Amino acid sequence: MAILEVANLKIWDSQTGKVIVPGSSFHVKQGSCLAIVGESGSGKSLTCRAIMRLNKTGIRQSGDILFNGVNLTELPEKDMRKRRGKQLCMILQNGMRAFDPSCVVGVHLRETLACHFGWGREEITAKMKRAMESVMLKDPIAVMNMYPHQLSGGMLQRIMIALTLVLEPAIVIADEPTTALDTISQFEVVEQFIQLREKMGCSMIFISHDLGIVRKIADDVLVMKDGEIVDRGTSQIIFSEAAHEYTRYLVSSKQALNDHFKRLMGGVSLVER
Amino acid sequence: MVSYIIKRSLLSIPLLVIISFLTFGLNNLSPLDPVEVILHAQGVPTITDELIVETKAALGMDRPFLIRYLNWFVSCLQLDFGNSYVTGKTVWSLLAPAFLNTLKLTLISAAAIIALSIGLGVISALREGKMTDKSIRGVSFFLTSMPPYWLAALMVWYFSVQLDLLPTSGMDSYESYILPVIVITISYTGIYFRMVRSSMLSNMNEDYVLYGRASGLPEKKITMHILRNSLQVAISVFCMAIPIILGSTVVVENIFAWPGLGTLSVKSILSRDFPIIQAYVLVLAMAFVLFNTVSDIINAAMNPKLRKGH
Repeated sequence: MAILEVANLKIWDSQTGKVIVPGSSFHVKQGSCLAIVGESGSGKSLTCRAIMRLNKTGIRQSGDILFNGVNLTELPEKDMRKRRGKQLCMILQNGMRAFDPSCVVGVHLRETLACHFGWGREEITAKMKRAMESVMLKDPIAVMNMYPHQLSGGMLQRIMIALTLVLEPAIVIADEPTTALDTISQFEVVEQFIQLREKMGCSMIFISHDLGIVRKIADDVLVMKDGEIVDRGTSQIIFSEAAHEYTRYLVSSKQALNDHFKRLMGGVSLVER
Repeated sequence: MVSYIIKRSLLSIPLLVIISFLTFGLNNLSPLDPVEVILHAQGVPTITDELIVETKAALGMDRPFLIRYLNWFVSCLQLDFGNSYVTGKTVWSLLAPAFLNTLKLTLISAAAIIALSIGLGVISALREGKMTDKSIRGVSFFLTSMPPYWLAALMVWYFSVQLDLLPTSGMDSYESYILPVIVITISYTGIYFRMVRSSMLSNMNEDYVLYGRASGLPEKKITMHILRNSLQVAISVFCMAIPIILGSTVVVENIFAWPGLGTLSVKSILSRDFPIIQAYVLVLAMAFVLFNTVSDIINAAMNPKLRKGH
């Protein structure tokens, strides 16, 4: 059964009239992880923001987005807002910029949880503490009282994952969550994403252009190029017997880079580990 | 934080010394001999060379430049700025009330400017590109383009002459404040409101706003976060607005015959009353240094990156 079904999603810029995504249809199966891969500018992020209805004001969209049978495009903004975070949760690329720079990170966590669940301060702190410990953040109370610039990108990424754990959404949309991280933190964050799925059994849309990570985490893969979906299939098929030339090009260039890296490092590849 | 305040305040002391030196030095470069100015003001019929030398010696003006500067500097520290060449009264007795009058006008105008700029800036940014935004920007552009003296003349003509509602000049009751404050407010709000608006807009495109929305936070909460970050820049600019207005009320004060610094300084410049000019420049420069320090401290208090010394 599909938890999220996107039909004929069209995204265009109302000022220039330029069509960015001409019409995509895809679905996310209950409990599975769909990866959207493609070069920058291929419309991956816009597609995800369109699902959340969070594109900038000049960007318009049409088509149907069915989430658990409810058409999100027809919901009033107030009902959509209540679903954001609680049912559809987004994790952004750059942790450094995802939190208000002039507040400690705890402020965002408290405001989000208070507005969805109406919990008090102590309850939120206790729940966040547990979640943050489970994503391997040491000393969570101190971390909650720190400003974003005092924490590393990987830590902020894990704070977002911890918040997602407490929110328990039905679907998590991760927009290039590992791109801004160094290889070691990438590895840790991907581990946390895999565990996040194991713990909650939630569905996930995982945007990335890192095929190594996609191979690790995704069940199904969508390949986008210039706003269009050029290829789709299960992760295995895409990586071994891709139908579309562009997918084969992506996979083989990844393979070439990897081989080169292996030669340089003497047979060890971090991403493949 | 306390150590930052102390450090920042100490830093402004050498600045003040340099300013006082420049003020005194620049006045000293004037081709006019102050002694002649004094003798003229005292109504001496024929000024002979001996008389000039005598007066110079009596006033200590024949001594070397550095000694005269040090004497002046030390007495300035005791708020003794010397006597006016023209009236013979102490500079302090002329400057202090004028400064207070201008300060009152400045503070009331600054409060109006800040309130209006933030209010209009926020409304305009939240309604970007819509009719509200366009009309606020259009009207403010129109009003800011009018020179203050023209605007002041129009106001006097309409409100005082045609409608006979408000006094044309002077500083007699709270009603006298209305017109000058309106003129000053109009000429500055257009600039500062634009700054608040563009600062809001650039913050609205930040990722933290997207993440806040994606987390389902209500728009009101998100606007508060945007405002908090936008005002960090604005506050330091607002702090600097106060000394800028203090120094630029000349036109408005002369039109409305406001007994303030602007009127006093123009009068002193025309009569070559050096002690008053020196004191005026010094007081304004001090105001700039003071408000600059305050704005830095407020900024540090609001910006965690500066506060923790990172």
